[in-house]
Amino acid sequence: MHPAYSVIFFTTFTGFGYGLVAMYGFDLIDPTTLAGQIGYVIALAAIGGGLLSSTLHLGHPERAIWAFSQWRSSWLSREGVVAVATFIPLGLAAFGSVILSQNWHILAVIAALLSVITVYCTSMIYAQLKTIHHWATPLTCATYLLFSLTGGYLGAVALGAFSGSTVKGDAGLALAILVFTWGVKGFWWYRADTDRAPADIESATGLGRFGQVRLLDRPHMTDNYLNREMGYTIARKHALKLRRITWVLGLWIPAALLVLSYGFDGLASALILLLAALSYLAGTLVERWLFFAEAKHTVSLYYGQSLETAA
Amino acid sequence: MTSLPDKTSKKLGLVIDLDVCVGCHACVVNCKEWNTGGYGASLADQDAYGKDVSGSFLNRVHTYEAGTGQSARVVHFPKSCLHCEDAPCVPVCPTGASYKRAEDGIVLVNEDRCIGCGLCAWSCPYGAREMDPAEQVMKKCTLCVDRIYNENLPEEDRTPACVRTCPANARHFGDLGDPTSDVSLMVQERGGFDLMPEMGTKPVNKYLPPRAHQTNAPEPATCAPDAVDGAQLGGFLKWVDKALEAMK
Repeated sequence: MHPAYSVIFFTTFTGFGYGLVAMYGFDLIDPTTLAGQIGYVIALAAIGGGLLSSTLHLGHPERAIWAFSQWRSSWLSREGVVAVATFIPLGLAAFGSVILSQNWHILAVIAALLSVITVYCTSMIYAQLKTIHHWATPLTCATYLLFSLTGGYLGAVALGAFSGSTVKGDAGLALAILVFTWGVKGFWWYRADTDRAPADIESATGLGRFGQVRLLDRPHMTDNYLNREMGYTIARKHALKLRRITWVLGLWIPAALLVLSYGFDGLASALILLLAALSYLAGTLVERWLFFAEAKHTVSLYYGQSLETAA
Repeated sequence: MTSLPDKTSKKLGLVIDLDVCVGCHACVVNCKEWNTGGYGASLADQDAYGKDVSGSFLNRVHTYEAGTGQSARVVHFPKSCLHCEDAPCVPVCPTGASYKRAEDGIVLVNEDRCIGCGLCAWSCPYGAREMDPAEQVMKKCTLCVDRIYNENLPEEDRTPACVRTCPANARHFGDLGDPTSDVSLMVQERGGFDLMPEMGTKPVNKYLPPRAHQTNAPEPATCAPDAVDGAQLGGFLKWVDKALEAMK
């Protein structure tokens, strides 16, 4: 699938922002401290920026209001509805924190709940697509939710370190969560690499009865929308390199920094924890790019491409 | 509303005979010609006279080779929207632009509602939907909804443009929900099949398989020049044979 930057930024940044919002609901960030106030600003910027970025992906963003109408059937519509609904408690809680230095915890709890539901809806936009077998698994939902909450927790630990509320054990818990999240993503990759493709060119054309089927001529000499949007291919060696970059930025560097933070106190420790969160965020951006670039769509079969990852 | 209808009164669709299709692309051209001036936005052609020609089409013809050795064959393969009973492109639409008609089963896009998100195209296993590069709305086969019910046209023209134009009669249009219709009988007789049935979309359009090769055809006679035996010849040819043999 074509890795559109608008969608990569949208899913990564809103995921991080909603994860951070969830931490206020779990009472892991104190919204009355300066760091807690800055955290709300960061979360709102990440969510708002991400949602705006998603509209860049649309051919007709001026009609986007209609996208709230089909929540009965469409995960994309549900995502829009819940995302907007989240802004009500989130906006109020952030207003209370940033402007009035108040902790309106019940609003933060509601915002946290809606945030998690929004991220789930986002993940279902992809997990529902039978046509893209890499995505069509509940593991996709698990990775989206875990990446969101892990990002939020790393952010909460860093913010807490600046306000002095983070204790030594928090980095240890962050490390455990980090390793678990990437373990699930590793399993997602294992499945993507080994799961049997749901269809082949023989069933796509119905000509398998005569034996092996090969494409002789494409419909047109040049690429069309289908090739550009769904026939995107990334060389296997590049994908493997990018996977390594993902692991280093998303797991190994943050993990090393979390351990390193034990040796420092105060501002130094806070800066190390902030770096860990930023490195993790960079890792998830590469991960999200690969999520699209490595995914194969069944329409590729009609153009003679295989659905196997290794191809 | 982008929920699918429980049941449609008719199942209008196409039957495509892969045994007959000659791969001339006339259906592609006539589809584009009719639909660029018909239902909804026109079908763009970008860089039409340049190197990187690109445009939206509602129907495209691929060509495949199936089988190996003696039984290998070339199959021309037209592909357009299959108007699936369980169309995955409809419920994913966030705006209600994508819908399936309860009266005849045609899957359509209300282009004034389409935000161009592309999710319906992602959900279609067949690549039947294409985003128009100029209009940025989703285009798809309408089954020529503006022809088939059009009383301003002569009756023989009230059929999809691709069907009307096919010089080989490889394309047929009708109600596949009616077991006595011509198209249903054709599907029954010829063993019409679904594309990618494992995707669970229940396509309405059916494809008729290429017929089997004739296996009882006699071996072609061999005729090499040195196989001619002069002794078997008679009359004038015997004389010619003798005369030529005599020339040293």
